Amino acid sequence: MKQHTISVLVENKFGVLARIAGLFSGRGYNIESLSVNSTQDPTISRMTIVTSGDENVIEQIDKQLNKLIDVIKVTDLAVSDFIERELILVKVAVTAKNRSDIIQITEIFGGKIISVHKKELAVELSGNGEKIDNFISLLAEYEIIELVRTGRVAISRHPGVTEA
Amino acid sequence: MKKTIKGAEIAIKCLEQAGVETIFAYPGGASMELHQALLKSKIRTILPRHEQGGAFAAAGFARATGKTGVCMATSGPGATNLITGIADAFMDSIPLVAITGQVPSTLIGKSAFQEIDIIGISRPIVKHSYLVLDVDDIPAIFAEAFHIANSGRPGPVLIDLPKNIQQEMSAVSFKSTPALRAYHPDHTLDQKDIDHVCDALEKSTRPCIYAGGGIITSGASKSLAEFAKTNKIPVVTTLMGVGAFPENDDLSMKWLGMHGTVYGNNIANECDLLIVLGARFDDRVTGPPETFAQDATIIHVDIDLSEINKNKKAHIPVIANVKDVLDELNKRKIKTSHAAWLKQAAKWKKESPLAFSRKKEIVPQEVVSLIYDLTKGEAVIVPGVGQHQMWAAQFYNYSFPRQLLTSGGLGTMGFGLPSAMGAKVALPNKTVINIDGDGSAQMNIQELGTIHNEDIDVKIVILNNQHLGMVAQWEDRFYGSARGNTDLRNARSKRPYPDFVTIAKGYQIPGHEVYEKKDLKGAIQEMLDHDGAFLLDIHVEYQEHVLPMIPPGKSYKGILVD
Repeated sequence: MKQHTISVLVENKFGVLARIAGLFSGRGYNIESLSVNSTQDPTISRMTIVTSGDENVIEQIDKQLNKLIDVIKVTDLAVSDFIERELILVKVAVTAKNRSDIIQITEIFGGKIISVHKKELAVELSGNGEKIDNFISLLAEYEIIELVRTGRVAISRHPGVTEA
Repeated sequence: MKKTIKGAEIAIKCLEQAGVETIFAYPGGASMELHQALLKSKIRTILPRHEQGGAFAAAGFARATGKTGVCMATSGPGATNLITGIADAFMDSIPLVAITGQVPSTLIGKSAFQEIDIIGISRPIVKHSYLVLDVDDIPAIFAEAFHIANSGRPGPVLIDLPKNIQQEMSAVSFKSTPALRAYHPDHTLDQKDIDHVCDALEKSTRPCIYAGGGIITSGASKSLAEFAKTNKIPVVTTLMGVGAFPENDDLSMKWLGMHGTVYGNNIANECDLLIVLGARFDDRVTGPPETFAQDATIIHVDIDLSEINKNKKAHIPVIANVKDVLDELNKRKIKTSHAAWLKQAAKWKKESPLAFSRKKEIVPQEVVSLIYDLTKGEAVIVPGVGQHQMWAAQFYNYSFPRQLLTSGGLGTMGFGLPSAMGAKVALPNKTVINIDGDGSAQMNIQELGTIHNEDIDVKIVILNNQHLGMVAQWEDRFYGSARGNTDLRNARSKRPYPDFVTIAKGYQIPGHEVYEKKDLKGAIQEMLDHDGAFLLDIHVEYQEHVLPMIPPGKSYKGILVD
């Protein structure tokens, strides 16, 4: 069972997400994270799907995605070097005593304080999954009020388009 | 200024442009505009008595011809009633366009009267679907739908058409070519693949062709016959591939799988080279995939990339139209030498032919065998699903493609009568016989009304054993004959139940019952000679089992023959 990040270019039409989600659920495949938005071409959206499975499962996911009429291109990023990012927004309860500690941790991770209240801070951080996990585990020493984490987005490291 | 017409009329004109001659359509509030438009069209509109019957009839039409079948229903219950027929077409890769009326787009999402999200419900069982939200999109959507349904690996496409869109006036142009940037169903043949196939074949001492429905879909039967005969390769088909290769040919090993022939299963499992042509390693064919053809090099030719390695690993995958592959192979000189293997195949075939024991009473197998004789092997056979389906496939010898139209993948009871109806509409000059079971026949029996009203000359033979025979057979084999709701008899009835001939009479279709062997031949002949639909209710023993049988989970070595 290996984790794969799959980049899927699709027609930017309603119902496409449901077709893809239905393909995964109907065939018993798992979606670990998903993020979707339009690309520089407004008629095309990019979905980044994180999934895991053995070789056969990943091969079938790739082929079944390709069968959907609205899917333009499927790229399994695991076969080449790629850059991945997730984003979190997190609210942490603070006291006069620990405020500076939390700000310092955020700065070390390259995060940003995006909102400050007397008793809480809101922090924004992007990075790869491991970095985000580490940051969250450090913040867990304090009181996390709320946390929202996006699905993964990814792009190839080589020059030119990811699909090339 | 261009003349404006209603969206419904545009839709019907699109059907005409797609070459549609017949539509099976049941009206309702959300589709009556389309029926009004059909009044002005030369398309033959056939009213089924249930939307499911309409879906099967349209798919039966498609199975019989390869042309795209078209069915239509209203929103809500009309649309949901199509679902089983659409699923059946999906499983067997049958080109079908299903049109559903929808509540006005302004009411979608409000739980309006007869509103259902049919796009959502049908999503896993269609090749593609469309909800039309702009009247001017109708021509492009219809053109795309017909293109998708009947290209590459065919399948059903659903178009959901809200009532307000049907009523909207527009002056759209019909000149629209499908603009599908991501859909490329055609694959160009790679000569290297053909080289690999030839090399493997030259090395093989025990080759076998395993041919599926893809041969029939791609019209490759003649190419297959040439390839098999030139290179002397035994051919076993799937149930969907029956008729792809003439069963009376010496090289034919009939069909394989759970109820396939002993020799067909032997040849596929003991070969050293399995040439899979337009088939998909269904579990009813393979049993546990790891034990299937375990010593063979596998060449898998399919137009659908996702079938490669799905159920069984292919050593030589070829993604292409199977007809192109065979035509290319037929240009090659391949040096094959496997005389001993052909001798073995002939020996297996001789040793364990399909057989049944004749008794004092009528047994179902002999009815099929007699129908074969009396139709000189030329009829198109359309069974329901169950024991009778297997017997119809076993004891009729099929010699041309599209001769056996059967629900292979979904195994849908109630398939037979409406599918036969659609097939007969498509093939007015052929004898079309629905061989059904008494269980299957009671699902969609209302189509007798359509058959009579539209003068569709379908012959109906019910192999009536008063049981849900296939499940009863499994009960006999694996559950100590405990009958779990598989007995269709009625304790208060002094005769077999129901009385099918009386039901047919209610629909003004003539028929006879047959109880005794001496009456059988004459009755079948009378049915065949009758000008028009005719029902024969033949009472047979329920103790008969479909044999051979490979029990579930077993390999071909566990085949039961008695």
